[in-house]
Amino acid sequence: MGVADGVPILAGRDVVRSYPARGGVPWGRDRDLVLALDGVSLELRSGEILGLVGRSGSGKSTLARLLLGLERPDRGEVTFDGRSLESLTEPERRRMRRDVQVVFQDPHAALDPLQSVGGVVAEPLAVHGLCPRGERRGRGKLLLGEVGLPGEDAFLDRSPRELSGGERQRVALARALASGPRALILDEPVSALDASVRGHVLNLLLGLQDRGRLAMLVIAHDMRLVARVCSRVAVMAGGRVVEEGPTWNVLESPAHEATAELLAAARWLSEPPTGWAARVLGEPSSVR
Amino acid sequence: MAPIAQVSNLAVAFPSEGNGWRRVVDGVFLTVGEGEVVGLVGESGCGKTLTALALFRLIPEPGTIAAGTVTVGGEDVLALDDRRLSSLRGGLAGLVFQEPARALNPVRSIGFQVSEAARLHLGMPAGRAASLAADLLAEVGLEGPERLARAYPHQLSGGQRQRVLLACALAAGPRLLVADEPTSALDTVSQRHLVELLERLRARRHLAVLFISHDLALVGRLAERVTVLYAGETVEIATRRELFEDPRHPYTRALMQAQLRVEAEGPARLPTVPGAVPRAGAWGRGCRFAPRCPLAFERCHMARPALTELENGRQARCFLVGDAEEPDGRS
Repeated sequence: MGVADGVPILAGRDVVRSYPARGGVPWGRDRDLVLALDGVSLELRSGEILGLVGRSGSGKSTLARLLLGLERPDRGEVTFDGRSLESLTEPERRRMRRDVQVVFQDPHAALDPLQSVGGVVAEPLAVHGLCPRGERRGRGKLLLGEVGLPGEDAFLDRSPRELSGGERQRVALARALASGPRALILDEPVSALDASVRGHVLNLLLGLQDRGRLAMLVIAHDMRLVARVCSRVAVMAGGRVVEEGPTWNVLESPAHEATAELLAAARWLSEPPTGWAARVLGEPSSVR
Repeated sequence: MAPIAQVSNLAVAFPSEGNGWRRVVDGVFLTVGEGEVVGLVGESGCGKTLTALALFRLIPEPGTIAAGTVTVGGEDVLALDDRRLSSLRGGLAGLVFQEPARALNPVRSIGFQVSEAARLHLGMPAGRAASLAADLLAEVGLEGPERLARAYPHQLSGGQRQRVLLACALAAGPRLLVADEPTSALDTVSQRHLVELLERLRARRHLAVLFISHDLALVGRLAERVTVLYAGETVEIATRRELFEDPRHPYTRALMQAQLRVEAEGPARLPTVPGAVPRAGAWGRGCRFAPRCPLAFERCHMARPALTELENGRQARCFLVGDAEEPDGRS
């Protein structure tokens, strides 16, 4: 595309976004605006898998919506290939919609149940005029093959409703890949999936990265996911990016307390303490 | 000591497209001892939630318990009259559902809902019930309990609502708490806090807890004993330590290998289990895990193994560890 390697595909600079307060508790702070993003800067570069990790409400998904151009920042700017989204011409906007794709957490909600699997995958080809009508089905089969799904007619004719969660998420990924994007935003891509199929989707993401210059932004609350797939990680807390760096570095020596808290929780949740079992087994309350 | 809850060879059936019934749960065994924390782990569609609902005889219509026995507090749940059934639900045993946003009544105050079980089951007068509600909200770690009791569900965060549900379930002083995926809507930090809270409550109240989750590591964190479900049946029962040190069922082993850990050495592929969980009730002949099992041999595709007693009271349903088969291979 003639864009120098030094220019990030997507970037936010000092982005601020607030929303009118809703819910919360009536005795809360006397304020009617909630600051969801409080001056966030983030760059997504070609060929990297960047993890955006933080607790619920830290601003991760808000940032994703801004990077996708679905919402505008109150202050600061979002750029695509170095150009502010505000200044894009209509053809440039269309190119961005082709080059930047998104996969959401819940594949049940993200796929049109009235469309067939083949229709879901071929839609971006039609919308962006990427492939003549007669060839779309064939391209759809190839795309499904790429995400490890059967490229058979019978599968293309099924409804997304008939598929398992893991299959649906892979169909969503195939659709996102259909337009040949340069950037993928994945919002909690495996948190709705069962452990035995989660690996299929994660391995697929790693395989996509090996193959090309695709940039991926993986949004997650679980450090274990980030540790497994991301080369770089940005940690969000309270609407700010509080720490950023190569994944190994952040895991080994977290600098911010929010990072340390996420890491401690992830470790605590996956490691039963040794000796604990022996103690409870000795208690009179245990059966047999 | 008699178990507080016991499920034996449970089958739950729903009407199928034709005019027959289809069993979507068939072969669940589960025991929860008095004061014991048992984890029930399995993937979507394996029958975890239906098993939990069966303990309360809450299987949604037109589903029905087609076979097996269910006892709670020594009583046959399937034979209880309405009055005793009511004192089981929310009295003897509390239930925390998966989705905190949908489980609370939007037009009733938090305090009203938290104290409901105490008013209903213990006949507590409104004034005392109100102060109990505040105590319970404090016990589950919520700040400003008196003010919170006057708030409504939409004013709370997801984590707060989950704790409110826990307070509701505890109001009548149950001996058993059934928590169905209580953490799956929460981030990892809130998950940790909720598990720590359950551990404290359990110790303070001598509660038995049935902790249901798709997350094996999380279950291992809290439970003393673990029951693993796959495709509508129990495939393994063991103490937490035995299970993690020496899983006997190939499915349990596969689940363990699929766990994510922080200590990954950079981006690396994850071991996967081929195929997907079969649709509920759409099981072939033979072992239900055989189509995905790396160790399956001919017999596994022909006959269905029975849940077999191994040493130390642990059990597994696999021909590699036991020879017994179910009388009828077809379910």
